[in-house]
Amino acid sequence: MRTEDAQTRNQNFLEVALGYSYDEAIAEAKRCIDCKTPKCVMHCPVNVNIPLFIKQLLEGALEQSFETIYKDNILPSICGRVCPQESQCEGACILGIKHQPVAIGALERFVGDYGREHGLVKPTPKPKTSFKAAIVGSGPAGLACAAALVAQGVEVTIYEALHKFGGVLQYGIPDFRLPKDIVESEVLALKAQGVTFVKNAVIGKSITIDQLFEMGYQSIFIGSGAGLPTGMRIPGENLNGVYFANEFLTRVNLMRARAIPTSITPVKLGPTVAVVGGGNVAMDAARTAKRLGAKRVLIIYRRDETSLPARLDEIHHAKDEGIAFHLLRNPVELIGENHEIKRVKVEIMTLGEPDDSGRRRPVGTNTYETFEIDTLIMAIGQKPNPILKDNTANLNTASWGGILTDERHQTSIPHVYAGGDVVSGAATVILAMGTGKEAAQFMLEDMRQQNQAA
Amino acid sequence: MYKILDKKSLNNDVDLMVIDAPLVAKNALPGHFVILRVDEEGERIPLTIAALEENHVTIIYQKMGQATQQLGFLDVGDTIEDFVGPLGQAAHLKDKKHVVGVAGGVGAAPLLPQLKSYHQQGTHTTLILGGRTKDHVILKDHYDFVDRLIVATDDGSEGIHGRVTDALAPLLRDDQSIDHVIAIGPVLMMEAVRDLAVDHHKSIDVSLNPIMIDGTGMCGNCRVTLGDQVKFACIDGPDFPGEAVDFKELHARQNYYKKEEHACLVGVKTHD
Ligand SMILES: Cc1cc2nc3c(=O)[nH]c(=O)nc-3n(C[C@H](O)[C@H](O)[C@H](O)COP(=O)(O)OP(=O)(O)OC[C@H]3O[C@@H](n4cnc5c(N)ncnc54)[C@H](O)[C@@H]3O)c2cc1C
Ligand SMILES: Cc1cc2nc3c(=O)[nH]c(=O)nc-3n(C[C@H](O)[C@H](O)[C@H](O)COP(=O)(O)OP(=O)(O)OC[C@H]3O[C@@H](n4cnc5c(N)ncnc54)[C@H](O)[C@@H]3O)c2cc1C
Ligand code: SF4
Ligand code: SF4
Ligand code: FES
Repeated sequence: MRTEDAQTRNQNFLEVALGYSYDEAIAEAKRCIDCKTPKCVMHCPVNVNIPLFIKQLLEGALEQSFETIYKDNILPSICGRVCPQESQCEGACILGIKHQPVAIGALERFVGDYGREHGLVKPTPKPKTSFKAAIVGSGPAGLACAAALVAQGVEVTIYEALHKFGGVLQYGIPDFRLPKDIVESEVLALKAQGVTFVKNAVIGKSITIDQLFEMGYQSIFIGSGAGLPTGMRIPGENLNGVYFANEFLTRVNLMRARAIPTSITPVKLGPTVAVVGGGNVAMDAARTAKRLGAKRVLIIYRRDETSLPARLDEIHHAKDEGIAFHLLRNPVELIGENHEIKRVKVEIMTLGEPDDSGRRRPVGTNTYETFEIDTLIMAIGQKPNPILKDNTANLNTASWGGILTDERHQTSIPHVYAGGDVVSGAATVILAMGTGKEAAQFMLEDMRQQNQAA
Repeated sequence: MYKILDKKSLNNDVDLMVIDAPLVAKNALPGHFVILRVDEEGERIPLTIAALEENHVTIIYQKMGQATQQLGFLDVGDTIEDFVGPLGQAAHLKDKKHVVGVAGGVGAAPLLPQLKSYHQQGTHTTLILGGRTKDHVILKDHYDFVDRLIVATDDGSEGIHGRVTDALAPLLRDDQSIDHVIAIGPVLMMEAVRDLAVDHHKSIDVSLNPIMIDGTGMCGNCRVTLGDQVKFACIDGPDFPGEAVDFKELHARQNYYKKEEHACLVGVKTHD
């Protein structure tokens, strides 16, 4: 796919990957050999019928192509852009053995954008049921659950704690990867289908789960995500100039900290910025820092290059944009003067035996290195937000804070379901969407049973 | 949209507003706060819930910078874009016999619901209200329930000529019935009150006001240090036992954006 020039784009927030023209999409689609048992489909978490949508695209039947994807994935414009395709659909594509795999993500994005721009997601006039469901959180899990329920004629209300909808899609992933008008248009499409969106409602605080039932909801889905940042537990983390990636990205994305001079929420950044971590969050923070004018941006990661959990595309884009990678480096101390960060001391690591995750465990070498920096951003992990758990008796959670669910995605409280990052821990957009959609089917069954019993 | 039902000026810098916000009022308790955003472009700022009535929430704010001044321009009938809550932990009322509440400036607002709750549970209450001048001593008439009221002003225009600690020190020394102190106000004031209370072996609660963004535990901007523990003030607080609070850190963190906020500079600011 074509991209904006690296040295220009690292100064603006326009989308980097430009997307296919119609001709480019057709040329790429022609490469798919329409496998009898398509491996790509098996490795897509929601089993999008990839060869079929590609075939329909080739035939010029874009509407059908869109519908094929939409059946399994209500956010193709978004997943086409942010799925880790190299470890999912594209990673399994048969062509990848000898050549490049089919660019499934780019094609999905093309078809998704076509559908969005042409308003293909139309209000589906399903017979209205008397069922009422509430959804907690407007991230991909909540949106997918809402879409699946409203399509079955359920009256759906989404309650969101923040003032904008979309969860991480809104406050976390930056515009240069996922323009916010895409997220907003997906929300608008759901509104058009009849989903009610309520902002500024912190469930557990503004309204409790019990109170939702009192309000007449028969089934509740919790998709509150894994928004609580975790630190490194090393000295100096509370120095000025040390951010959690969430704070940094929230200032820039949700609060538009760069929209000079209309935004009044500032973001302060020095000329040299270190980002700790190797996932998508770290890449997003590093590339955002660069765009805000940082002269030098370094990524500090404790494993090696092949272990970087971020999407491959983003790692390449980050390098092109001039981000320096310091691998096998683990911060041990943040050093400040007058309560402001000045230096980060790192231990040089080597790789030892594989750990639980199957990746080789980084081990210290007792040799150290120090970087002079002005800002440090921690992007090393997130846990589920504790507000719901702390305010909902009987909601069982794991020791790390995740909500426990059964195979029907039901929690320890009857009629309360959960999915997405709050159950799995920080994962991906498509997995969150997948569980939201699946849970909707069980919620529907549940509500039918309740009505029969009544 | 949240409608402004009433507005009063308490002095040149401080207003009181009553907002129609049923979702906030429904479960709110003393000690909870809200986060509001005046308009689509506005900053999210935290304010304590000063009083509650049915669906209505009272806030009392000091016009410090852009966001609170913007709020001050609004009037009865106008609306606020975002108003979310109740956030934070409700005040944890302790089983105490005689509580001294110490409020500096606009700290009189967040202290009000707490001290009232103590009064209602039968605790003897003493209040020290401090301000730069007598115009900065606010809400005196709202505190008519306290057993004793002492005013302290920096310029001596009302009550004791001096700081709140000048009023508190003799009390702690002479009145053995006092078994708890609550301090709410500027960081330096809370630190001084804490030190005094600790010297006199009284337990002390403080209400911390770090910079906040979301108020839901998501950004971590509001982290504060208590001894060897890091807490998020928006979900674990804002009220904390004061003994182990690292006020130096809080002060530094609060001021990190001061230059930007005050000069109304926006965007990247490199260190000079
Ligand atoms: C910076 C960043 C980059 C990422 N990049 C990628 C990527 O490239 N590809 C990818 O697949 N994944 C990526 N991820 C991960 C992905 O975004 C998440 O896995 C996904 O968003 C999880 O969806 P969710 O619906 O479970 O939760 P979230 O998206 O976290 O949404 C949860 C929502 O619930 C709201 N909420 C929380 N508590 C309450 C409450 N009590 N009441 C009401 N509302 C509440 C929150 O405010 C939030 O809006 C990234 C994550 C981050 C942070
Ligand atoms: C839990 C909590 C409860 C509060 N309750 C009240 C209250 O009842 N009445 C009241 O008048 N004030 C209260 N405050 C303080 C109030 O939020 C700040 O005065 C306000 O955000 C300042 O915004 P501004 O744009 O007007 O001023 P700015 O120009 O932004 O800032 C002026 C000064 O206020 C501080 N500040 C800036 N942004 C914030 C922020 N988001 N949070 C905290 N401090 C900030 C900084 O130290 C800054 O130097 C409370 C703060 C917290 C955290
Ligand atoms: S949803 Fe993601 S994994 Fe599935 S086909 Fe689309 S891009 Fe590939
Ligand atoms: S594996 Fe590759 S070639 Fe085969 S159907 Fe999927 S995309 Fe087409
Ligand atoms: S204000 Fe964001 S975590 Fe507390």
